[in-house]
Amino acid sequence: MSGSLEAVRPAGPLQGLRTWWTMLKICLEERLVYRGDFALGTLMRFLPIVTQVFLWTAVFGATSRGDIAGYTRNDIVAYYLLTMLTRAFSSMPGLASGIARSVRDGSVKKFLIQPVDYVSFLLAARVAHKLVYYAVAAIPFALVFFLCRSYFPPVPDATTIAAFLLSLALSFLLGFFMEVTLGMLGFWFMEVSSIVFGYMLVQYLLSGHMFPIDLLKGTPTGIAGVSLADVVHWLPFEYTAYFSSAVWLGKVKGAQLVSSLAIEAGWVVVMAVACRVAWWRGTRRYSAFGG
Amino acid sequence: MARYFAIFLTFARACLVRDMTFRANFILECLTSLGWMSMNLAFYLLVFTFTSEIGKGTGWSKEPFFAFVATGLIINSVVQAFFMPSAEELTEMVRTGGLDAVLVQPLDAQFLLSMHRVDFSALANGAVGVGLLAWAMARMDHAPPAVAWLLYPLLLLCGVAILYGLVIMLAAATILMGRNQSLYDFWFYITNFSRYPAEIYSGPWGGPLRMICTFVIPILLVVNVPARVIAQPFTGESWIGVACAVIAAVVALVVSRLVFQRALARYRSASS
Repeated sequence: MSGSLEAVRPAGPLQGLRTWWTMLKICLEERLVYRGDFALGTLMRFLPIVTQVFLWTAVFGATSRGDIAGYTRNDIVAYYLLTMLTRAFSSMPGLASGIARSVRDGSVKKFLIQPVDYVSFLLAARVAHKLVYYAVAAIPFALVFFLCRSYFPPVPDATTIAAFLLSLALSFLLGFFMEVTLGMLGFWFMEVSSIVFGYMLVQYLLSGHMFPIDLLKGTPTGIAGVSLADVVHWLPFEYTAYFSSAVWLGKVKGAQLVSSLAIEAGWVVVMAVACRVAWWRGTRRYSAFGG
Repeated sequence: MARYFAIFLTFARACLVRDMTFRANFILECLTSLGWMSMNLAFYLLVFTFTSEIGKGTGWSKEPFFAFVATGLIINSVVQAFFMPSAEELTEMVRTGGLDAVLVQPLDAQFLLSMHRVDFSALANGAVGVGLLAWAMARMDHAPPAVAWLLYPLLLLCGVAILYGLVIMLAAATILMGRNQSLYDFWFYITNFSRYPAEIYSGPWGGPLRMICTFVIPILLVVNVPARVIAQPFTGESWIGVACAVIAAVVALVVSRLVFQRALARYRSASS
């Protein structure tokens, strides 16, 4: 079989929707098989935040400053909790490596002959994964946020909440398309684990998962008047953790909020197109042999 | 004992030969490991642009703190190199029944399951840790006494022993549960508490957490005690920490051994 085979497209939008719904149901059932393991893993993910909270409390205790880069100690704690929520939308564990593996072991070929679009299937699987995750994680998330409610500023206005929700939805799509594009590199490199690792490294550092990006505002880049935070602002990474959290905390407002949302949406489009191009070009050069 | 040491050397040699067969992959693994470490060091450097020490009056200013970080790197690299690769394979061995083949070997099962695979690339972080320690010690305003330098390697071994005990306990849990991917995540998350000086855990929540992580799961003794011995002034109180670390190491080894034996006794083969 050669890569010249094209995926058969579902006939009509209704048929496509039904196929998508079936894929979602299958993936939901698959995800719920190991739900105990899944629930335990969800709880564990809060542990690293605890050390960050104590670390920053110690840092604020040792300095006379009331805030660091515009963040009070309470803001920092709220920030880390909010990044947990944002990462719950944007992180896609195992997605890129799974795609690369399916290319390497040949299992991707079934998507070339079945009337199922591979990217849509992956999206359905990921939505299912997230739905199960939110269902399992809702209680621990609610509990932790309730216990830590004193760290949060008052609930923002409706516009900010709407912008926050929109940024979360976009962060999900951005995280998904970035990881799928990375996985598609498997058509060219076969083994992408080192590329994925490099991506994770940059992602962890520049997404704001490790610290608020505002802390980089004083870090020079060598270009006059341009800090490292300014550079990061134009990259896609900060929209997968920092941005939504900063929106809720009121650190990004007005025109800056609108332009940042536009940049995030722009990156979603760029990565969606990149992922499609990678799939089309990858399947053209792909070849698999045997059953 | 000599027989087991010879067998371990054979395992290590085989792993080294395999690593050197795929040299590019080995170098890449070293680089990725160093990448994560560099990122953490960059974060600590960023933190020290906003404060002069971690916790008011704790003595964990920049150089002592980096000596602390270096100590953690050395201990963790040893555990990651010699014990974790084998333990990580255990989940699949239990699920697929591969553990049966280990149990029929004329060797101690715990030895085979925890030490048959060595990841030499993990030692790269340890090498950087030694360099970072030298850098930090050369810049500190007080030189540790000779006794501190004598105790330091012993306390590093105690730290390794405590973590090894934890790995074996998790391996035992794998055997009992059949699948426990989350418990290995748990290892990562729980060892996360050992990454910072114990003084940061204070207040109504931090105090009890510090007690639990010192006396129940003695994870705070792993890095804190050896780091404190060389990076903080050595006083009479330092001996209390040393005694706690030694006792915790012995208890971790003995209890983990007992738990592992019990878990093996309850193991049911998954193969046909």
